[in-house]
Amino acid sequence: METKRIVFVGVGGQGNLLATRLLGEACLSAGIPAVVSEIHGMAQRGGIVESALVMGAMSPIVSKGEADILIGFEPSETLRALNKCNKNTVVITNIRPLPPFTVTIGQGVYPDIDKALDLIKNNVGSLIVLDGNELAEKAGNPLSLNMVMLGALVGSKNIALDEDTLKETIGKSTKQDFLESNLKAFDLGVAASRVG
Amino acid sequence: MPGLGQGLRVFVAEQIIPTLSTGKNMHKLLTDSPGKEIFLLGNEAIARGAVEAGIAIATCYPGTPSSEIPDTFFAMYKEGGFYFEYSTNEKVALEVAAGAAISGVRSICTMKHVGMNVAADSLMTLAYLGVSAGMVIVNADDPSLFSSQNEQDNRYYARLSGLPMLEPTTAQEMKDMTVAAFGLSEQLKLPVILRTTTRLNHLRGVVRFGTIQPIKSKGFFKKDPFHYVAIPAVSRNLHKILVEKNDQALELSENSEYNQIIGKGKWGIVTNGVSMNYVQDAIGDLGIGDKVTILRLGFSYPMPKRKIGKFLTGVEKALVVEELEPVMENDIRSTAQSKGIGIPIDGKGDGLFPRLYEFDPGLVRKTIGSYFKVPDTSPKAVDVTGIPDLPGRPPNLCAGCPHRAMYYAIKKVYGPDAIYPSDIGCYTLGLLPPLSMADIVICMGASVGSSCGIAKATDQKVVSFIGDSTFFHAGIPALINAVHNNHRFTLAILDNGTTAMTGHQPNPGVDTAPMGVDTKQISIESVVRGCGVEHVQVVNPLQVKKSTEAAQASKEFDGISVIISQELCPLFARVVKKAKKIRPFYVNQDKCKQHRDCIDLLACPAMYIADGKAMIDEKLCIGCTVCAQVCPENAILPLKIED
Repeated sequence: METKRIVFVGVGGQGNLLATRLLGEACLSAGIPAVVSEIHGMAQRGGIVESALVMGAMSPIVSKGEADILIGFEPSETLRALNKCNKNTVVITNIRPLPPFTVTIGQGVYPDIDKALDLIKNNVGSLIVLDGNELAEKAGNPLSLNMVMLGALVGSKNIALDEDTLKETIGKSTKQDFLESNLKAFDLGVAASRVG
Repeated sequence: MPGLGQGLRVFVAEQIIPTLSTGKNMHKLLTDSPGKEIFLLGNEAIARGAVEAGIAIATCYPGTPSSEIPDTFFAMYKEGGFYFEYSTNEKVALEVAAGAAISGVRSICTMKHVGMNVAADSLMTLAYLGVSAGMVIVNADDPSLFSSQNEQDNRYYARLSGLPMLEPTTAQEMKDMTVAAFGLSEQLKLPVILRTTTRLNHLRGVVRFGTIQPIKSKGFFKKDPFHYVAIPAVSRNLHKILVEKNDQALELSENSEYNQIIGKGKWGIVTNGVSMNYVQDAIGDLGIGDKVTILRLGFSYPMPKRKIGKFLTGVEKALVVEELEPVMENDIRSTAQSKGIGIPIDGKGDGLFPRLYEFDPGLVRKTIGSYFKVPDTSPKAVDVTGIPDLPGRPPNLCAGCPHRAMYYAIKKVYGPDAIYPSDIGCYTLGLLPPLSMADIVICMGASVGSSCGIAKATDQKVVSFIGDSTFFHAGIPALINAVHNNHRFTLAILDNGTTAMTGHQPNPGVDTAPMGVDTKQISIESVVRGCGVEHVQVVNPLQVKKSTEAAQASKEFDGISVIISQELCPLFARVVKKAKKIRPFYVNQDKCKQHRDCIDLLACPAMYIADGKAMIDEKLCIGCTVCAQVCPENAILPLKIED
């Protein structure tokens, strides 16, 4: 099958590891060979969290320039991960900033979001933007940003997985209390990527 | 008021500590359903392998990237009917597992690569003694130093100790090789090392379950002092036995299914571990499958010399693809020399593979392409020269972390010129400005030992920091040394009641009752006093005035003094204690005179600046009150919230 290399970037606590795992489990149930890589350890201390899912190959990580899809949970992190992209990469990004603490103590400047998005757009195949946090809140659960982003990935029709397979996986892995909001967040993500 | 910050808190709290499986449904890794396919973390696959092998005893000291193996054991052990412990350190963990395996029950012991250094004294002679039931040592190397102080290559430990080594490549093999390692261990009567790397520990892939073997949980120690008491006269014979076992191991390695020659091409590639994945993908991407022969070494010590010879005689040249040191490369060269084979054998070097850091698929593809002169098919990365400098996002001490409060008090008293040796744990993050509270870090426990030398060699004030788990792990002998040899410095033991950095595992100082187990809690203060320290103060670091006074008293004392800074890690407390209502604070802008002590001296991530004003993110603030105590204008006040 065609190899598809998907990179997820976010900040500790945003839930991109769970999103990557769910995508991997959906691949298993759909019979698509997939392997996932995660970085643990610093995730709970506000650092950058990167994960990847590769369909149809053995290597669990994605080299510079080799992402077919980049999913950014935070816009400056999406920009930071631009070196994973090439001119054909599809980039899906949340646009809600989460400035790092270094900005507060004057050790750096948070980039202008519009300029950042332009930079990304001009260098990759296509760019899908959404306010993932707003959609997650609309779904009734601010924790469901990862479901919004998964929805946007599936809705963008760039992978060989359909909505139902993903929703079934989400259903199996979500606590009952959060199921409704998770599925709603997923749907809102799907819709947003279609509009975008 | 839910926002992302609040979300973060809940999210983190839910998955933060090792949790016993006590639900209605059996733990997913305990079901005896051969053939079932499940998507597993590499470390979970190892734990499942141990369950399938019918382990009786599992021990560990946690450490990234190995920690999820013991955490998975912890979740399962009560239901699974085996014994598990978080041991005090890796040496002890290894000895516990060794005692069990010598007594005839299967045991597994897990650690990160640097833990192997701690365990090495036991390891070297355990190899002489051997075992009677299977014993597997899981060793997790960390190429690229994602969470470690060095990137040593522990394949040398197999060579140093004479113990067989297996190196898996996929999630499935993480499980399968764990099972196989027990069989191998029992065939050779030797512990077997299963060596992984971060990318394997933290990959996820499909694992097909095998059958679960029954547990033999009771053993019997058969007295045999002239085999098990390693005095010189005994060990001379044991060393001979070990060398003989190595010959047997070599034969098993020659015939192992994990050592394969794949393909018939004239271009040779030798590889192991995670690199095997990159090689396979590269060969596919470059379209050179028919031109290549791969020698894959999964049973990597002893190296199968006949198989290597057979491989080398079939190829024109060979490229060795291995992360870190040229271990296989050197062994293969030596085999070629002994067999009179003169083909080029390359691996590390200019234009080839680096000795530093982990590999990635692109690097392996490009290097294979250039070595065999095949056009590179890699896509071109976006030119990122036009991207503005992005602000760093280093990991940071959490909002309300008690370590920050203690750092503040010590720094206030001792100033920026004192020397602050530190140790391995969350508190190492105090390195970062504006706290800047770490001047030297070597390894577990070294804060205390190195402080002795710095204080002796200089006239500088020394305050060293060590966490609770690290203190038990390796700090105690050094503290006894400091007392016995009259060293003069202050040791701050940052006791947050958990092994926080690796995922909140218990340690001997932890009250584990809320985690559902009944280990005995050991008082750090008693231990410190028992070590002979006379100047001991126990403080709550969140009480800034008192902790500052304690620091002052230590500074004035001429000798070794210890401050035990006691406050639960807030992430851990939220899980094990009944959640108290959090009362976040805010900055009263009418009172604030912009000293910015809260930001410049504490650097709590709940604080930020907006429109030139210091502000508190109420979704991140946990109401620790430290900034309110530090503010010279008393401008930081609790938010009024509805109960």
